Amino acid sequence: MGIQLEIDGQQISVEAGTTLLEAAKQIGVDIPTICWHEATTSYALCRICVVEVEGMRLLQPGCIVEAADGMKVQTRSERVVRARKTILEMLASSVDLSDSPAILALMDEYGASPERFPEAGRREVEVKDDNPMYLRDYSKCVLCWRCVQVCAEDAQYTFALSFSGRGYETEIATFFDRPMPATTCVFCGQCVGVCPTGALKPKREALLEQGIAPEEIAVMSSGRRRRK
Amino acid sequence: MSEINLASLEEILNPFVPLGRSGLLPALHAVQKEYGWLSEEVAAGVAAALGVPLADAHGVIEFYSLFYSEPVGKRMIRVCTDPACALKGADELLDHLCAHHGIQPGETTSDGSSTIERSPCLGLCEQAPAILFDDQAETNVDLKTGHYELGRPRSLVYGSLRLLTRNCGNGTTFLAGYGAYAALQKALAMPPAEVIAEIRASGLVGRGGAAFPTGVKWQGAADAPGDEKYVVCNADESEPGTFKDRILLLDDPHSTIEGMCIAAHAIGATKGYIYLRGEYPYILPVLENALNEARQAGHLGGANGFDIEIRLGAGAYICGEETALFESIEGKRGFPRVKPPFPTTHGLFGKPTVINNVETLANVPLILSMGAAEYRKIGTEKSPGPKLFCVSGDVARPGLYEVPFGVALKELLEMAGGADEEAEKRMTGTDEATEKRMTGTDGAADKRIQAVLFGGAAGAFATPEQLDVKLTFEDLRAAGLPLGSGVVMVFDKSRDLRDALARLGRFFAHESCGKCYPCQMGTQRQAEILERVARREMLPGDPERLQNVGWTMTDASLCGLGQTAASAVLSAMKQFPELFVER
Repeated sequence: MGIQLEIDGQQISVEAGTTLLEAAKQIGVDIPTICWHEATTSYALCRICVVEVEGMRLLQPGCIVEAADGMKVQTRSERVVRARKTILEMLASSVDLSDSPAILALMDEYGASPERFPEAGRREVEVKDDNPMYLRDYSKCVLCWRCVQVCAEDAQYTFALSFSGRGYETEIATFFDRPMPATTCVFCGQCVGVCPTGALKPKREALLEQGIAPEEIAVMSSGRRRRK
Repeated sequence: MSEINLASLEEILNPFVPLGRSGLLPALHAVQKEYGWLSEEVAAGVAAALGVPLADAHGVIEFYSLFYSEPVGKRMIRVCTDPACALKGADELLDHLCAHHGIQPGETTSDGSSTIERSPCLGLCEQAPAILFDDQAETNVDLKTGHYELGRPRSLVYGSLRLLTRNCGNGTTFLAGYGAYAALQKALAMPPAEVIAEIRASGLVGRGGAAFPTGVKWQGAADAPGDEKYVVCNADESEPGTFKDRILLLDDPHSTIEGMCIAAHAIGATKGYIYLRGEYPYILPVLENALNEARQAGHLGGANGFDIEIRLGAGAYICGEETALFESIEGKRGFPRVKPPFPTTHGLFGKPTVINNVETLANVPLILSMGAAEYRKIGTEKSPGPKLFCVSGDVARPGLYEVPFGVALKELLEMAGGADEEAEKRMTGTDEATEKRMTGTDGAADKRIQAVLFGGAAGAFATPEQLDVKLTFEDLRAAGLPLGSGVVMVFDKSRDLRDALARLGRFFAHESCGKCYPCQMGTQRQAEILERVARREMLPGDPERLQNVGWTMTDASLCGLGQTAASAVLSAMKQFPELFVER
């Protein structure tokens, strides 16, 4: 019973409804992901998980394409590697990946050069420090959408976040860029929890990273809490 | 913000409240018309009235180029700087206007009277250079003589056939002149399955660019379970170089409306939408009037209950992608959806939907009237029917050409008078590489042609050696040329194709929705490299970078925009490698 398919030359049988990503995992084949998260709806944004399926003109995103009988899948074909490597190189030319160890590891694995695109316009914006709980550094944002998703129907139903701009200039944004406390944000912290690149970071963590001692941070935060 | 009078806001919003979120774009259009722009206060009012989260309303305003969250001038002057207009001096025109008003593109005069913007293709390519001046078309602008035409754009219709364009070229054809929807009456007397069979037998395929068999699409929506089904007309014509739907809708709105009614009968739809591109505001009253005429005559909203609503886009090329168009009607950012599922089962509002291009729908009454067998006598066996071509650029008679499939590209260009004689004058002082390309074809006009951009920005370049190619799906496919939306943009030998490529690069970077990574970043990187190519300042490795970015977008992007954003560039690299030689 089940769906019979071939992944990188290996025969495998999976349940109907299994994605190629899950199917590959079952036989120990690792398909990389960036935007995918077990708790959020998959929209196939990052395309790092693309694979080559025999008979299909375009590469297919493994996170949403389901296994089908007789499918022949290559997870590391030349086209797949070219796409993954180029996407990683474009990411490195666009945003600050210094807080994204998983993506940096992928770059190593695929031999992707961070200097591949010289004279590229980067997405650089000032850190938004507008609330006591977390910082927003969109220079590190890879637009995986997870924060927007958990803020909306995937978890919290708060709807504090959407986007400004479009295309390359897209940025996660609140209503007319209002500071977080002036939005519907309830500071549940779920967006910080799912951010893969350190673009959203607990303020405490950021201060610790800056070498500020825990005692000092305690004083700073208690000071902020004190009523006038 | 205090200067904005909010008293009238509630009144303006009332009609849109029952639409909920789906009323967001129409509501934003309406309030922007009243207040000139969309302030935080006004946007919050719209969001509250329609029950849309504030952040989402802002996200929508931010997505569409024609919505402004900052004050703009009373007059909006949008100057097209895409390839067809650029050939006719669009840059000089923009510079002139900016100097005259003392501002830079994108700025507003200090007295708040005018804003000047660069615009993507306005669909007025055959009357270039063109401006959208508020809601009017300003065409054939000639700085030297001061001549221009303002108002409703002219319809320049030529070719060897007058079937689809039978009612075009003499202003709007009203219902009295159009007739009593005889094709619809014929269709209504047939069982829906028979209507679909007739469309399938005709061999009609979509004219928007994807060439999907129309009858198969209808069959899919007819077979899909559900009582609520939709027919959507994709009138978001915005492929650079394309203007056929503009002429069809302005001059002969009833053929498209009748086509929609026939589709509705075939699939059992009760509601239809026409999604008109935001840059065609002057078509809106024409369509509204035509719909009213059709209602009064009982063709709409009558016995079968089918009626049509118009939705105006707001400046986003991506909304021509069918699923992005649905999202836009639903009041969201125009992000394309992952397919499958396809619109025939999960379309507008998640319901079975047939979405067809204007020209496709205009073919439908023709097929029903003539019968599939007669219709198939036009064109070739594998590409039956008449076809509209949008001829622009360096030809003597740019315009809309209706021909049967199977005409050679060369014949089409001859009908258009060939490359215009101005080329000779412009050619003095061109470099050696250009001179070399002057060989290989016969006929004075052909000799002047350097390249033909086929299918639009998402198309490919044909060389002078390919002028004999027959204009059919099968012949073009074999030649590696996409028919696309019927764009034939001619560049003579005096032209620098690098400049055209840089403009295409900018176009896609401007229009990418930003959803999937390959297109979001690839269109930007591609545009940057093409700017260097145009400036003759290529960096070592740029050709390989262009190839890698191009193939990554082609292979891995989520939707058709990204998948074709490198199409013209990759074809130019193949056909004209000398343009990409590193110094």
